[in-house]
Amino acid sequence: MAEGLITGIVVFVLATFIGVEVINKIPPTLHTPLMSGSNAISGISLVGALLVAGERNWNLSVILGLIAVILATINVVGGFLVTDRMLQMFKKKEVKA
Amino acid sequence: MTTFLPSVIQFSYLAAASLFIVGLKQLGSPATARRGNVLGAIGMLIAIVATLLDQNVLNYEMVLVGILIGSALGAYMAQKVEMTAMPQMVGLLNGFGGAASALVAVGEFWKGVDAGRVLPLDDTITIILSVLIGGITFTGSLLAFAKLQELVTGAPITFPFQQPFNLTLVIGFLVCSVYLVMHPADTLTFLVLIGLSLVLGVLFVLPIGGADTPVVISLLNSFSGLAASAAGFVLMNNMLIIAGALVGASGIILTEIMCRAMNRTLANVLFSAFGSSQTSSEGSAAVDQDKTVRSIDTEEGAMMLGYARSVVIVPGYGMAVAQAQHSVRELADQLERLGVEVKYAIHPVAGRMPGHMNVLLAEANVPYTQLYDMEDINPDFDRTDVALVIGANDVVNPAARHNTTSPIYGMPILEVDKAQHTIVIKRGMNAGFSGVENELFYQDKTVMLFGSAKDVVAQLVTGVKDL
Repeated sequence: MAEGLITGIVVFVLATFIGVEVINKIPPTLHTPLMSGSNAISGISLVGALLVAGERNWNLSVILGLIAVILATINVVGGFLVTDRMLQMFKKKEVKA
Repeated sequence: MTTFLPSVIQFSYLAAASLFIVGLKQLGSPATARRGNVLGAIGMLIAIVATLLDQNVLNYEMVLVGILIGSALGAYMAQKVEMTAMPQMVGLLNGFGGAASALVAVGEFWKGVDAGRVLPLDDTITIILSVLIGGITFTGSLLAFAKLQELVTGAPITFPFQQPFNLTLVIGFLVCSVYLVMHPADTLTFLVLIGLSLVLGVLFVLPIGGADTPVVISLLNSFSGLAASAAGFVLMNNMLIIAGALVGASGIILTEIMCRAMNRTLANVLFSAFGSSQTSSEGSAAVDQDKTVRSIDTEEGAMMLGYARSVVIVPGYGMAVAQAQHSVRELADQLERLGVEVKYAIHPVAGRMPGHMNVLLAEANVPYTQLYDMEDINPDFDRTDVALVIGANDVVNPAARHNTTSPIYGMPILEVDKAQHTIVIKRGMNAGFSGVENELFYQDKTVMLFGSAKDVVAQLVTGVKDL
């Protein structure tokens, strides 16, 4: 196995442990925003899409990459905005006059 | 490693990954959650800008056009979506993320084929994995979306020899994968693999019923993360691997929580087509004919609520369907005016996705400090005067505690039967999703208020106002 692959696996496993630790502590009240927020983070494939779409010459890869850019951007922008929209509704007791 | 990325980019990725982790951590409390989400967004922006600095990204114009189109569509969706439709929205976004990851892998494959170089073993395997996970996430999410949006029936869809058929496809996928590993430039095999992945996504969601969607959406959320990770392995990009792993972990935890809340294993949810005809009959026959239900009118209901010291409201998805959450909030306000202590008890599967009910109530301006999770509220029912059940059924059925023959036996429930009185607002006497008769309705302490949740609650509000 190539060295890069092994490093990748190490990074993946450690990141999974961090994810489990952090997310286990999130209360059920916030599970929907957590899901839409983490959903936005999974749009990180945008980074990969940019690398594939970024080539100067037109070819099939670039076209696929551009479609991926659009889809991933929808995922990222839609995910973060809708999470924000939800979270701004979570209020403590409103102070009434 | 195909390219040498300058260290600036790598450090930006590290910063972005750290922001994701801190952001997720801050999502753990309503007070900091909004900031946490913003941190995540900043992390994403850093990662994107850093990637644009990459020497391989030359096609700026087109890439920026793509980003603009995607941003406009994403922003539009986020503004327009109804809170009740949040599961569909998340489902659709999962699908897009999965598709993007798969396309990255396909693009990398074609790049290799175009350049006429033979892909090394590692690359072929990671590309296959990425196409598989991304493809399943894509079509699976689209089908889940269609089911939730009621474009197709929400009931489980089954056909003869479904599981052997699925198994055959999986084996076919494995065979093609092995062939591709041995002949890495064979585009036809690669196309077959793409097709099989897409078909498997559909087949995987097909037999899963509407009320199990919290599990499916969570699982697909996890898949979308894993798909990103897999694409990260294809590109040997740590940013994708880390972010994908975080999301993968998050989705799998939520999946597990949902399964536990329904007292079922993941395998049972995925393969048993729960809620289809065969499960429905047994429980209902067990209820004796002589059991009676006591029904009251809203005036009496208002009186019970108004003169109570403590009321716990148990909202179910029926309340959300009837759009009654605003009236419910109004009722709570009126009760508090009379000095009644009001709490809300939220079962983990009360909505169509994890935490959905909390969002719906937050939208109706219910303060989150009044929302209680199952474990926190159950000990309180002993000391509660009135439990008000609105559009919930299986999650308050005491049979889950003691009737070992019931299909829902062992499922954790909200113990409303321990309250002094229970008022159930319900359209009619239909059984819940599980098809099980609810013995709560026949208990002496329980009274029923029949009608649409919205109308009944509105009448209760008027009634309490007049007290």
